[in-house]
Amino acid sequence: MTSIVKSIINSLSGLPIDPFLLAVLAILIPGIIVFLIMAVNALIAVYFERKVSAFMQDRLGPMEVGLFGFKGGKKFWGGIGQTFADAIKLLSKEDIIPNDADRFLMILAPFIIFTGAFLTFVGLPVSESLVISNFNIGIFYIIAMSSVAVIGIILAGWSSNNKWSLYGAMRAAAQMISYEIPIALSLILVVIVTGHLDFYGIVDWQAENRWFIIHSPFAFLGFVIYFISVVAETNRTPFDIPEAESELVAGWMTEYSGFRWALFFLSEYANMLIVAFVASIVFLGGWLSPMHLIDLPFFDLPDSWMIMDGKLIGIFWIFIKAVFLIFCMMWFRWTFPRLRVDQLMYTCWKVFIPFAVANVILVSIWELIF
Amino acid sequence: MNKSKDSSIVSIDEMVLNMGPQHPSTHGVLRLKIHTDGEVVSKIEPVIGYLHRCFEKHCENLSYEQIVPFTDRCDYLASMHMDHAYSIAVEKLLDIELPERVEYIRVIIAELQRIASHLVAIGTFGLDVGAITPFTWTIRDRERVLDLFEALCGARLLYNYIWPGGVSHDLSPKFIQHTQEFLDYFETQIFEYNELLTGNKIFIERTADVGVMPSDVAVNFGVTGPSLRGSGVDYDLRKTQPYSIYDKFDFNVPVGEGKMGTVGDSWDRYWVRMVEMEESIKIIRQAISSLPDGDVHSAMPKRIRPKKGEVYSRYESARGDVGFFIQSNGKNIPMRLKMRSPAFCNLSVLGEIAEGWMISDVITILGSLDIVLGEIDR
Repeated sequence: MTSIVKSIINSLSGLPIDPFLLAVLAILIPGIIVFLIMAVNALIAVYFERKVSAFMQDRLGPMEVGLFGFKGGKKFWGGIGQTFADAIKLLSKEDIIPNDADRFLMILAPFIIFTGAFLTFVGLPVSESLVISNFNIGIFYIIAMSSVAVIGIILAGWSSNNKWSLYGAMRAAAQMISYEIPIALSLILVVIVTGHLDFYGIVDWQAENRWFIIHSPFAFLGFVIYFISVVAETNRTPFDIPEAESELVAGWMTEYSGFRWALFFLSEYANMLIVAFVASIVFLGGWLSPMHLIDLPFFDLPDSWMIMDGKLIGIFWIFIKAVFLIFCMMWFRWTFPRLRVDQLMYTCWKVFIPFAVANVILVSIWELIF
Repeated sequence: MNKSKDSSIVSIDEMVLNMGPQHPSTHGVLRLKIHTDGEVVSKIEPVIGYLHRCFEKHCENLSYEQIVPFTDRCDYLASMHMDHAYSIAVEKLLDIELPERVEYIRVIIAELQRIASHLVAIGTFGLDVGAITPFTWTIRDRERVLDLFEALCGARLLYNYIWPGGVSHDLSPKFIQHTQEFLDYFETQIFEYNELLTGNKIFIERTADVGVMPSDVAVNFGVTGPSLRGSGVDYDLRKTQPYSIYDKFDFNVPVGEGKMGTVGDSWDRYWVRMVEMEESIKIIRQAISSLPDGDVHSAMPKRIRPKKGEVYSRYESARGDVGFFIQSNGKNIPMRLKMRSPAFCNLSVLGEIAEGWMISDVITILGSLDIVLGEIDR
């Protein structure tokens, strides 16, 4: 399998370039690509979320700010420039650090959180051979990298020297660490069945057999546990307890403003995209077309139908799946109230983890029988 | 989590958390000093007075007519109720008999105001437990009530409509028709709120059995209104001491039944408000069907100068028992005016019922009591 880093090195190695410069370029170019993906994702996702919430709440959402040729006003694209305006506003805001705050840690914290989201993209494939760098332990890497953010959140909460921030950070730490367990346990299902830790192996297995979500009833249950847990992991309603705007003002982000707050925002939406991508790849066949859903053993599809698969159209399919999952997260957010912190822990430790462990055992047995 | 009152454990390392006066869900400028051990709250001290505007002292320097705009600003979510309560007190002092049409108009307006006020209470309560969509829906429907009031008297929040001796204007031309349209629309909306919020599993988890207020505690603290009825006490001044013409209407007084948990929990207080809106619809429909004709200004005194004496009148507002005590020394300004604020008494019970719960529950319980700071601080 090729990757973007490898193809950059291959295409540039013919040129008379210093190997050191080559290495820098091979790191810098994918880095810029990832940053652009994160930024564009945040811009679009915020607009999407505003519109989704507006339609659910019988409002119009942003309607005034236009962009380039698209003037605002009573058009369906009205307000499309709103998030750009917001981004510019955030970047030009005064950067406030409270007097009693721990300056160094407070400046450091957003970058750690951002790094966690940033690094995760490195191992995340978008389509065939469209990956920054392919790991043979892709799932393991993603799980590990998504835990980095917790450190940043605790630092942010502690260094702000604000009681609300501290509460938010403590809640976030407890919640994110707890919910990593059901996430890991439900991702293990697919590893057990396919025997692969890297995403390409998993998708290849799904291409040969079927989407993992319809592999067995336990796989479906695994998907449900995974999806609910990642909603908790990304701190979104009904699990937005660390931010809990009606209780903790803004949780661990209370004292942040301007660019640092924008980094939190960017990471939050990047995390949403990441978990939606992982769910699409692992459970929903990744960049495979939905034709594979009806390609059952007793109902052979002609091969020509598989024309829907491909390197470029694969990007379309995976985005469709990811956007649908992101839409579901937004749907949850604007429908449900928030759980209490002890109820959240109860859900994790007494419901999800026992079910996830039982799931692992049952899937293993299923694999032995069939 | 069970309510624990073992303070010997929590007093060692407690942190004092200042909630408010600037906080998203203290419903105004309320400040709560919360002593916490981790998430568990061991003691709550409400600090009030940030919105104190010397209402009672102002009244001692204003003529009776001029006080009405000030009563508006006490409970700004149910201004009509405040005006109505004050007007009833002054009319009692003056011993005026009102035309029937005025009484009917006042009842229609008061019940519409009750719907509007409960809508805010329900919406913000949903917001307190984290549900944002119900809030926008309830505000959207409250908007229609405000539109009706705007057509009626030109103001959307502080009406100055109900005056001692009558109302400022007769009903606007299409008011009855628009009200009926609103009621037809609103009945279906109540169903939607129930679908979205009341029966939601997470909402029930968050509110049922949380902040249980036993009926004896409620009565001892002087809690009134929907909060008292949520504790299962059947006490509504519209039934027990009918003022205006409430004895002519057929309506029920919903009381908490503990449908989702214990009687007197936060869910019961929420549910009582929900059902009260349906009862208000019933009252408005009856009032509209028998609305008499007449002049709304016929009993209005040219000049309010009551005889020496004093009066105390009670009124069931959206938040509870509003009392106005007026002492007159024969001049055109009252010698002393004292207002009994229902939200003040309702807030006083917070420390009692919210101790031992978590910070999130304090917000829930505070939301379920439905306080308005304008009325507490006056």
